[in-house]
Amino acid sequence: MKKNVTIKVNGADRRAAVEPRLLLVHFLREVAGLTGTHVGCETSLCGACTVLLDGRAVKSCTVLAVQADGRKVTTVEGLADGDKLHPIQEGFWEEHGLQCGFCTPGMIMCSHDLLEHHPNPSDSEIRAGINGNLCRCTGYQHIVAAVRNASKKMSKRATARAGAR
Amino acid sequence: MKAFEYATPETKEQAVSLLGASWGQAEILAGGTDLLALMKDDVVAPKRLVNIKEIKDLKGVTSSAEGFRIGALTTLGDLADNANVLKEYPALADALNEAASPQIRNLATLAGNLCQRPRCWYFRNGLGLLPKSEGGKDLVAEGENRYHAILGNDGPAKFVSPSTIVPALIAYGAKLRLVGPRGKREVPLEKFYAIPATETEREHDLRPNEIVTEVIIPPAHGVMAAHYEIRQKATFDWPLAVAAVALTMNGSRVESARVVMGYVAPVPWISPEAEQALVGQPINAETAQKAADAALGNAKPLSQNAYKVQLARVAVKRAILKAGGAA
Repeated sequence: MKKNVTIKVNGADRRAAVEPRLLLVHFLREVAGLTGTHVGCETSLCGACTVLLDGRAVKSCTVLAVQADGRKVTTVEGLADGDKLHPIQEGFWEEHGLQCGFCTPGMIMCSHDLLEHHPNPSDSEIRAGINGNLCRCTGYQHIVAAVRNASKKMSKRATARAGAR
Repeated sequence: MKAFEYATPETKEQAVSLLGASWGQAEILAGGTDLLALMKDDVVAPKRLVNIKEIKDLKGVTSSAEGFRIGALTTLGDLADNANVLKEYPALADALNEAASPQIRNLATLAGNLCQRPRCWYFRNGLGLLPKSEGGKDLVAEGENRYHAILGNDGPAKFVSPSTIVPALIAYGAKLRLVGPRGKREVPLEKFYAIPATETEREHDLRPNEIVTEVIIPPAHGVMAAHYEIRQKATFDWPLAVAAVALTMNGSRVESARVVMGYVAPVPWISPEAEQALVGQPINAETAQKAADAALGNAKPLSQNAYKVQLARVAVKRAILKAGGAA
């Protein structure tokens, strides 16, 4: 029997009647039409499907859409402000933190959780923070550099905001 | 994944009444990180999922005279970030921080971690906990057993207990509280696990219509504890051997010791031999080595996993030295 769910995706309520076995990643891609979140392994190993659920990074292939009912989901599409990229996206752009790009949405969303909770991580903390995400192209060096770049930008902006008060 | 009915009770009593009196009918959904994987692979196919995340009194972490009460739904991530855990229970904090990956720690609950099913690849491929060939041969003993048990493997069960957190919790003397149709009960965590002798038994004492409500860890003032695990890769992997040690000291000598291993037997493996070897001794490389040798003295490796005996020995030795502040 289908269940009615309302999930706030990137700030907008998405309502649908879904089968309880529908995975959140399929809700996002097929019901909400947001294909930025990728399906990799579907076994919660690769991290390509990482999104924020109430602000915390989760693997959306191992969450049922019904579990997200009434909650907030942020996908990679929800980060930029119009044409202005989010600092983490800028970091990946500037440091060439991707080659094929398949893992990138998951890497960015996981880094978002990391930087929200640890604004100035060391390189080893960055590596621990993204250890649930696999990249088969880059050898991770450029991804770590991208997250480091983003953390500097974000703390500079936070300082600037604090100074403006 | 097979279709199922989805229920979201708001009280423990409603949840208990929605669970079946026998396994296979209904499953408890909390974080879902293990259950959904089993359902995707058709290892389990419940007719009903009972989502317990809306039950309020299963949440929260509080300190009191009896110790530290952790609501069953507390996520591994929230517990790892709890300042009291870091201060009072460093071995638990280490175990939590090494478990899985950040995304999984954000979803996985403590009770789910304690009740997760074994990682044995025969079990995960639908061949059961005690897998047999059609001719009745023991598939693990005669097959791919490099990650299987080296202790407690005399019977048909040769999988290893899957939680990396349970050894530390047992070392600290944690208890579980559960609720079922006949009310509440309390079990020391070390008594919660049992080696199944038949395929109809489970590896733990959770009954089909019971819910874990909380975990209680007694105060650990004066306890020196450590967790040590050995894995093939540094991050996001299941370990090959885990050891947790809790010591109380009388001056520079050990007064009492708990030595608990994970990933070596179908249950968390408590070693009274290692504990006896430590009592009355100072902690140094020699005494730690003797205790580690005692811990693995009865190990009986299978055809492909003799290497695990040495790894477990090293894990025990390093956990003892770390607990004693010598490493």
